[in-house]
Amino acid sequence: MRGASSAPTGRIPVALALPAAAGLTFLVLPLVGLLTRTPWSDLPARLAAPGVLDALRLSLGTATAATVVSVILGVPLAWLLARSSFPGRRVVRALVTLPLVLPPVVGGVALLLVFGRRGLLGGWLENAFGVTVPFSTTAVVLAEAFVAMPFLVISVEGALRAADARYEEAAATLGATPWTAFRRITLPLVLPGLAAGTVLCWARALGEFGATITFAGNFPGRTQTMPLAVYLALESDPAAAIVLSLLLLVVSVAILAGLRERWMSVP
Amino acid sequence: MTLLDAHLVASLGAFRLDVALTADAGEVVALLGPNGAGKTTALRVLAGLHPIAGGHIRLGGTPIEGAPPHARRIGVVFQDYLLFPHLTALDNVAFGPRCQGIRRAEARRRAGDWLARMGLADSARAKPRQLSGGQAQRVALARALAPQPTLLLLDEPLAALDARTRLDTRAHLRRHLAGHPGVTILVTHDPVDAMILADRIVIVEQGRVVQTGDAATVTRQPRTDYVARLVGLNLYRGHGAGHAVALTGGLTLTTADVVDGQAFVAFPPSAVALHPHAPTGSPRNTWPATVDGVERHGDHIRVHLTGPVETAADITPAAAADLDLALGRQLWAAVKAAETRAYPASG
Amino acid sequence: MRRLTALVALAILTVAGCGGRASDTPTGTVTVLAAASLTESFTQIGKDFEKANPGVRVRFSFGGSSTLAQQITSGAPADVFAAASPATMKQVTEAGLAAGPADTFARNQLVIAVPKGNPKRIVGLADLTRPGTKVALCAATVPCGATAATALGAAGVTVTPVTLERDVRAALAKVRLGEVDAALVYRTDARAAAAQVDGVEFPESTKAVNDYPIVALRTGPNPAGAKLFVAYAKSEAAAAVLTHDGFQRP
Repeated sequence: MRGASSAPTGRIPVALALPAAAGLTFLVLPLVGLLTRTPWSDLPARLAAPGVLDALRLSLGTATAATVVSVILGVPLAWLLARSSFPGRRVVRALVTLPLVLPPVVGGVALLLVFGRRGLLGGWLENAFGVTVPFSTTAVVLAEAFVAMPFLVISVEGALRAADARYEEAAATLGATPWTAFRRITLPLVLPGLAAGTVLCWARALGEFGATITFAGNFPGRTQTMPLAVYLALESDPAAAIVLSLLLLVVSVAILAGLRERWMSVP
Repeated sequence: MTLLDAHLVASLGAFRLDVALTADAGEVVALLGPNGAGKTTALRVLAGLHPIAGGHIRLGGTPIEGAPPHARRIGVVFQDYLLFPHLTALDNVAFGPRCQGIRRAEARRRAGDWLARMGLADSARAKPRQLSGGQAQRVALARALAPQPTLLLLDEPLAALDARTRLDTRAHLRRHLAGHPGVTILVTHDPVDAMILADRIVIVEQGRVVQTGDAATVTRQPRTDYVARLVGLNLYRGHGAGHAVALTGGLTLTTADVVDGQAFVAFPPSAVALHPHAPTGSPRNTWPATVDGVERHGDHIRVHLTGPVETAADITPAAAADLDLALGRQLWAAVKAAETRAYPASG
Repeated sequence: MRRLTALVALAILTVAGCGGRASDTPTGTVTVLAAASLTESFTQIGKDFEKANPGVRVRFSFGGSSTLAQQITSGAPADVFAAASPATMKQVTEAGLAAGPADTFARNQLVIAVPKGNPKRIVGLADLTRPGTKVALCAATVPCGATAATALGAAGVTVTPVTLERDVRAALAKVRLGEVDAALVYRTDARAAAAQVDGVEFPESTKAVNDYPIVALRTGPNPAGAKLFVAYAKSEAAAAVLTHDGFQRP
């Protein structure tokens, strides 16, 4: 019987423990650096400064919207990559991961070249619907989704590959259409992978900077997310930047920890 | 009335399947064959899970070879059951009815009935990993039957079970298959499963049907070495003329049956007597043989022999002790004509 | 080309002038951290400088002035710092990292950058308030944003930009891509992008002139080279390049 066994008792091998400890230190130490330089005395005043809450609210809202967009578009895409075979699938997979290697600033320029006034779609959008995308909150969501969606697609595709496709066959023999099989069988089976991908995607969207500032610009309350606020504060007031970073960090960790409690505890 | 009329042509890599299959309503047909014979592929083609390359599948007169699996009115019990791990036993069984548009409460009620019929009412709330092998098999059967399929397909339904559970589950399965009004196609490599569960056996080897018949015919008159081995018979091919059949190895056997032309001769290992010297007297079929292998087989000893023909002989341990069965020992084999069965190779 | 020859000649004269004290002839590499708006000018000046001082190489790192200032105060191994504003320079000098007082070697003032041909017919700051006109400004925290605020204040004009960009190049990029109708940028930046952008001069720009200070750093690995480069940046030869690129003399 295969069971959920706890880690075998005994010592952790030194060959693993040492690099693991070093890795953890490497990741945590910069945070310690932030904490040591935090101006604790005037923290409340700085948090109450105008624009801070606006930026936080905007960041949380756009990151969540970008994640929703990514799930709606990314899960079917992951399914296509994992389950179907069509000519050029390797190329498509490479294209999906492109935003991962593309410097986000370049991604922002690329988005401008599509949705901008002189872009491939932007001109048509403006003429036909009177919609201009750049410099709007929508643009922030698009920029974040562009950069973050690959994380979701890759996680979900991995989960789909790991899940036994024969469950879908079993569902089909029971009269389930492919859509029903996907909804009622495949999706629940890959739920842990989907949850992990969603969290990664949300976190990446929350920290997005380059594509956002390039494509959506920077305007308080409309397109100035926390990372942009941090960057610009850094230009003039590093202490303010540290406070903003810390706030972003605490809020995101709190949300992720809360979600993990609620959903990611796989029975 | 013929409910299933299928001619399945498919390929899987270099392997080619070409199998014709018909079955009446209520009939249980076993596809029996060695591993790699194409039985499972045939099943998957019937289910629509493997593309059909030629031929046809008619179910109740309607061609379904072009239909997707979910539109075929089939039920499949997979070899490892494939119970949905995130659903309870009840919801696994209710899945089919739900897909037919039946409301959740009603689908669950029906699923509960099926589980009760399988003796699993207490396990309705259990997740598949909490079920024993035998329970999982029954849930899988209930799930396949719940949508009331016209064609029920079972792929090695007992292979995943240990010997003891197998016995119980086989009897249970037999009862439910007998009650299924549609056609049941059962794939197995175990002749016991085939003989107990099926009304008719179709032997498949290398993608072809080599023999069809009820259990009695197949066991008594095997047509391939594979079947002969399965049913424990010595089988030879030769040319018959009256009571004599000339075997391809050069030996001629005298048989009780009269047969002319291409023919099979079969006799059980227990009919073979072994002698240290050429016997004299009543048995007319004798030939020199060399001991090639000896193994214990239940309460007797099975001796594999080479010579003009390869033969298996079953003798008592006492007889074995007298014969001094060293490998390479020269003996004489003898079979009474009355213990042989001869039948035409064609048809 | 003619300009280059003249510059080289000037450069040789300059170096000859201070090359008399032979004892510590500078060699090696001089690392210069310079404001992004100096990219084109300093690249040219660096080439001229290397020609004039065989054996000395210049390595530039261009970036936002405040970013560079932070790098220096965090211990970046640099010999020279050239900033786009006295405020950012102050971060370095007040940290006691400068070898001497900073000198202004160039000035820059704002123009309205518009797409080539000026399709919206923008002639002054007041035109930026017209409805439907999309304007990009620098964020107030970066030098070009502070300068723009001063100029707009002087003109008594209130502009609602669609974006507050992180630096002048980003603001200019929005004009070059056609995403905004106008941006307040330095004249030098508009000139560097002359192929796609026209610079519209406006009178209030004289009220908001940006000084570019330069200083040799105390902590750099090549103090002699640093001194030499700072002197060269303040020379006539360098001034000619800077003026050509749109800077003004101090």
